[in-house]
Amino acid sequence: MSKRKITIAVSGLNNIDSPGPGIPVIRALKDSELFEIRIIGLSYDTMEPGIYMHDLVDKTYQIPLPSAGQQSLITRLTYIHQQEKIDVLIPNFDAELFNFIKLQDTLKKMGIDTFLPALEQFEERQKWALNTFGEKYGIKVPKSKQINSTAEIHALTHEFGYPLVVKGKFYDATVAYSPDQAMAAFNKISSKWGLPIIIQQFTPGIEVNLTGIGDGKGNLIGAVPMRKTYITDKGKAWAGIALEDETLMNIARNMLKGNKWRGGFELEMIKTDKREYYLIEINPRFPAWVYLAVGAGQNHPEALVRLALGEDVKPYESYETGKMFIRYSYDKIVDLKEFEIISTLGEL
Amino acid sequence: MKLLKNIALSDTGFVFNPGNGDSFSVNPIGLSILKDLQEGKSEDAIRNRVIEDYQTDKETIEKDLYDFLKMIEQFNLTDYHE
Amino acid sequence: MKKQIYERPLIQRINTGMMNKFGTKTEYAPVSHIDGLAVKDLIKEYGSPLFVLSEETIRNTYREAVRAFKTRYPKVQFAWSYKTNYINAVCNIFHQEGSWAEVVSGFEYQKAINNGVPGPKIIFNGPDKSDDDLRLAITNNSPIHIDHLDELYRLTELAEEMNKRPNVAIRVNMDTGIYPMWDRFGFNYENGQAWDAINKIILGNRLELIGVHCHIGTFMLSPQAYATAAYKLSDLALGIKKKFGKTIQYIDMGGGFASKNTLKGSFLPGADTTPTIDQFAESITTALLNAGFTESDLPLLILETGRALIDEAGYLLGSVLANKRLSDGRRATIMDFGVNILFTSFWYDHKISPAQEFSSYTEDTVMYGPLCMNIDVVRSHITLPPLRKEDHVVVHTVGAYNMTQWMQFIAMRPAVVIIGTDGKSHLIRNKETIENIESSEVMPDFLRKHELASDILK
Ligand SMILES: Cc1ncc(COP(=O)(O)O)c(C=O)c1O
Repeated sequence: MSKRKITIAVSGLNNIDSPGPGIPVIRALKDSELFEIRIIGLSYDTMEPGIYMHDLVDKTYQIPLPSAGQQSLITRLTYIHQQEKIDVLIPNFDAELFNFIKLQDTLKKMGIDTFLPALEQFEERQKWALNTFGEKYGIKVPKSKQINSTAEIHALTHEFGYPLVVKGKFYDATVAYSPDQAMAAFNKISSKWGLPIIIQQFTPGIEVNLTGIGDGKGNLIGAVPMRKTYITDKGKAWAGIALEDETLMNIARNMLKGNKWRGGFELEMIKTDKREYYLIEINPRFPAWVYLAVGAGQNHPEALVRLALGEDVKPYESYETGKMFIRYSYDKIVDLKEFEIISTLGEL
Repeated sequence: MKLLKNIALSDTGFVFNPGNGDSFSVNPIGLSILKDLQEGKSEDAIRNRVIEDYQTDKETIEKDLYDFLKMIEQFNLTDYHE
Repeated sequence: MKKQIYERPLIQRINTGMMNKFGTKTEYAPVSHIDGLAVKDLIKEYGSPLFVLSEETIRNTYREAVRAFKTRYPKVQFAWSYKTNYINAVCNIFHQEGSWAEVVSGFEYQKAINNGVPGPKIIFNGPDKSDDDLRLAITNNSPIHIDHLDELYRLTELAEEMNKRPNVAIRVNMDTGIYPMWDRFGFNYENGQAWDAINKIILGNRLELIGVHCHIGTFMLSPQAYATAAYKLSDLALGIKKKFGKTIQYIDMGGGFASKNTLKGSFLPGADTTPTIDQFAESITTALLNAGFTESDLPLLILETGRALIDEAGYLLGSVLANKRLSDGRRATIMDFGVNILFTSFWYDHKISPAQEFSSYTEDTVMYGPLCMNIDVVRSHITLPPLRKEDHVVVHTVGAYNMTQWMQFIAMRPAVVIIGTDGKSHLIRNKETIENIESSEVMPDFLRKHELASDILK
């Protein structure tokens, strides 16, 4: 069977020490048995390594930062689409998702397919709404609260006790052991990601994660649970192992029955000593370790492309446990000329 | 004022200082001025050349050139040991 | 050979994380005309800076809001919130469209009367109503929204004194899940104050309780908060029906819908994230329709929407006074307008467009106003093409609160024009003159004269 030719645009090429999911997603796509894929990279910064990884990314275009707004983004994508004729677009960066979700119908009209959650699905899993989310879908969630000023930190001692977790709207989380530390974390995170700041009850246990994909009709098309076996000093995964965890799989299945999630996602959970699972966060896209799923026998990014193209996709029924991933970094040699071209022309 | 000898100017408007790894972007008129400096033209000569090539007047280019030269000085692109 | 178009020479360090320019052009795309009239010509005719309003945008926005509510709920009435923009010409557009008036002071009340609004269609809000104000409102049969107990007692006394039965509502504050909670106005719902006030009014039997009111905050981004508020006001209205058999005529939801401005510190532009008027309408009307009113008891829904109805119709035109370079190498542009007339730049990152064509090269700039005050910053960071002295810019979405909260500070306030649906510009407020300002000053005799030696500096 000959492979189908298709062009896919992918963002999140920041394959640095705490990598974005773009390059892992691309690797998964390149492994596809069904498609022969031309990859168009979408980058925000000239230093995103993916721009220079020509064995994986065929051509990269700079796109405006999310804060420039949807009008700017669509103008740029229209230009890129004219050059490349994109079939499917996979955004991988949390902060850009709002814009892409809002633009999904416009993109569809232009002939670019996506497979993204609806805005309501996206919004109801926001960190600051997670308690309500947990109640609605029957998942335990550590108590959390959003605050908008450091003046509110004093009251937290009674409500939460220390330690507690201070989290940003999009990224960043710090464990604070005292009001002073909470104050410092508030200032640091809010200066970067704005308000509100989310305060979360500290839940001791081991972290278990699950990468999955939903078909938008309530079915879990694929899912692989993982535990980080080794983390970097920044708390990011260094190595991880695929787990057999039927409880976690059921949590994911039930959640999808309820919210009919459409697209890739990651569940970040804490499993306590009493084997209770607490939901810490739902990422509305594939995680950077999604390639472990491919290694374990489930190609989620490929499934996402097929769903985006409107195909009927059967759920994966199994995966191999005992597969692990180990991250490594690699010093890529780049000619300055390439940096010059992406910096001045915005495409490479 | 002279531009550091090894500054690389590219027609795309990309400026690279191999001495410290800094890179910059300039607009076309900025690039033409950097080239003038590289050729060792004096400020006066540059001003006259710009007035020759562009729809502008002496006062405007005087102000703008002053500002531009200050910037390239601040960006460590000029040679102190003349 | 033809000479090339001149542009200031620019050099910028290539930083990682720097806003890349590819595709961001729409952000600084020039806006040379407003409703078909050239910015250049408007400034030539009326001076710079200049506030410009679009009649067409005002009417379209208003009709859109009315449609959003009327298609979902049978009885809807808007009341123009005077404080948002009380230039009479603006108020009269809203009155022509069928809007009542909502005022919060004797001054605003008088304006509404002068504009010919009938007394019963002027809603009188706010904590500051003098005895004279109240007497006038009682005489005119205006709905008086009681803010605090002192006012409730005073109003009762005046009603006795005048032998009248004033129409009143109470303002209610409540927890709608929004921070900060506006609990300084009106009576609290959760702790029972609101219900106590209602009981006092009805049992006192000197005031006619015709409505319940709230205004939960301004620049609200959550339609859900309105659903909560509508539910809580309905609960009060239904409680009144149950206990006293009395039907409340209206529920006034106040204002507060966000406009399409971008709040400082928010990551995404307001134009993309602000809920639509339909979303607010859906939340409010769904809550009211499901609250449990019988069809005949369904209250009139009053809305005091301000900024969402006028912000986008307003522009501020201005000109570059000078360019300079700050000590750290940043570019600074000084405009002929500042926080004195663009009060809202304290909390918004206003969208600002050049009014003439440029190449695609841009520079990061701090935009200052003309005041000799360090706080006079219009945008602390904006990417703009190289503006020259006397170039014009257009500041967008400034129709709300600027033309009322502006200060006569250091400079005088500019003219305001409206571009009519006739395609012409019409002056609706003159540029201030020194006579306007000095006419209210008084000089005591002993301060009239002074003698300053004039020969110190040669
Ligand atoms: C009582 C009342 N109603 C209406 C408004 C108008 O609010 P907005 O402009 O936010 O719609 C205000 C503004 O503060 C107000 O105080």
